[in-house]
Amino acid sequence: MKLAQLSSLIRSKNAGPFVLTFDIMFPDEQSYLRVKRSGVLSAAAFAELYRCREETVRFFECDNALAFKFSIPRQIFQGDIGDGDLHGGQQFMPLVDIEVP
Amino acid sequence: MPKIETEEIRFIAAIGAVGGGIHGDSLDEAMTHEPHFIAADAGTTDAGPYSLGSGKSAFPREMIKQDLALMLRAGKRAGIPVLVGSAGTAGGDAHVDWTLDIARDVARENNLAIRTAVIYSEQDKSYLKTLLREERIRPLEPAPHVDEGVIDRSMRVVGMMGVEPLQRALEGGADFVLAGRCSDSALYAALPIRRGFPAGLAWHAGKVSECGTMAAETMGKGVIFGRIRRDHFIVRPFGPGLRCTPQSVAAHTLYENADPYLHQECSGILDLSKSTFEALDEVSVRVSGSAFIPSEIYTVKLEGAELVGYQSLIVGGIRDAFVIKRLDTWLAGVRERIEAGISKIFGNTLSKDQYRLVFHIYGKDAVMGGLEPDRESVPKEIGLVLEATAPTQEIATTIALLSRQPLLHHPVPEWKGAITTFACLHNPAHIDRGPVYRFNFHHVALPHNQEEMFRSEFVNIGNPVYETSAAL
Repeated sequence: MKLAQLSSLIRSKNAGPFVLTFDIMFPDEQSYLRVKRSGVLSAAAFAELYRCREETVRFFECDNALAFKFSIPRQIFQGDIGDGDLHGGQQFMPLVDIEVP
Repeated sequence: MPKIETEEIRFIAAIGAVGGGIHGDSLDEAMTHEPHFIAADAGTTDAGPYSLGSGKSAFPREMIKQDLALMLRAGKRAGIPVLVGSAGTAGGDAHVDWTLDIARDVARENNLAIRTAVIYSEQDKSYLKTLLREERIRPLEPAPHVDEGVIDRSMRVVGMMGVEPLQRALEGGADFVLAGRCSDSALYAALPIRRGFPAGLAWHAGKVSECGTMAAETMGKGVIFGRIRRDHFIVRPFGPGLRCTPQSVAAHTLYENADPYLHQECSGILDLSKSTFEALDEVSVRVSGSAFIPSEIYTVKLEGAELVGYQSLIVGGIRDAFVIKRLDTWLAGVRERIEAGISKIFGNTLSKDQYRLVFHIYGKDAVMGGLEPDRESVPKEIGLVLEATAPTQEIATTIALLSRQPLLHHPVPEWKGAITTFACLHNPAHIDRGPVYRFNFHHVALPHNQEEMFRSEFVNIGNPVYETSAAL
């Protein structure tokens, strides 16, 4: 099953002008735990998907919020020349199709 | 400052951003539960560096005025303080003065007499240089390079205040605290902490509430009402159809934060790793276990913006499949011709590092840039924004003007003869954008004491009699 089918919200956003953050949220504990136990989400998996260095990726499993979080430094700071997403809200699509066993 | 009983401190978070349109009915309903203060922040970096760079607000004056009127009338009627932080989006001195001016209109028009504490947080450049020389400016991760030249180039730099200046303002008997750049959560934590309530709970309650009804299951019209007690706090929304759930409140601490558990404030770190969330009723959530770890060193986050240059754009599209097939090569050819044109016009007076030419290619990677994993898809149509940035508007406009011909007529091998490759959206084809800015600080300052970075003054605003008598 795709990650988007199990989650209630997959989003990206600025965490300040210098960091992008990604949240993956679930409607129930069962779906959250299914993804957590599958191990498909990790700093390494994210780094490969977004073609960035693994050591720059911060990954959190937030059990009480039924959510996962990734944070990475912005390649281009918010609003600087060349930035195409001022609010960082349209960076999440590559996560949507992650296959969850 | 109103006398407060010790069991709990109640507050209203009127909205996530002043100027967003406070829901008056929900505010009225929440006011019947006798809050001790009303707060709302008016700023964010999320709007981009333009506000800090230009000194202008990202919200229209009329909207700010409506929201200030609702809060100030409610606060004055109940005899409780109203706190507004990060005035005018960026919290610079110009933003604070602009907002104070709006508050004066509100006070006069509503016949209110308001003792206002104004707290400025813009930083003097020579002071910043002193801090830099004393190694009292330290980078966060990731940070742009900072030196004295960066400080000189900054349009303005603000320091993000914590609870301390707000507490001094409340102690001074302010009806209205109008703060420059300020931690959003501090607006809510200031009074409870001053009254001896646990800092972890107070800061966390602020964190949950500062975006207004975003902490509810589904965001909507309404306000957030909080009760801070000795060993827990309770939040609930007031507003049609709104409810907070343990998950919605827990999840909200993820929003726009790099770390879901640890949040740096001036005086320490809010630690949410042991927080627990439980439903109290259909719409209320009780939170406990949130801790605050005081820091030995007091730090103040800095935000700065500098002028990058002036911009001119050309917006258009391409439908020719032969061009789209070889877009990168074709654009490289276009760029070469534009650069040759620039060099012909400006010669040695404009070197290549003094201007920037960026193609935003919609349909390819304009949105995700370097993070785009799909490099193979060939779209039917391409949207193209040519963005020229230069030291003056005149030069930027000239670059845009001389870019049009190469975009229109640069050849592809499949077609013989004259072609017109680029569909311009506008006439004239270019749009002048004026000045553009960039954020240039992601640092903390280590001031010599907690007071020196923030300047407070009391002013009485409202009807002329009140203003005059205060002056005497």
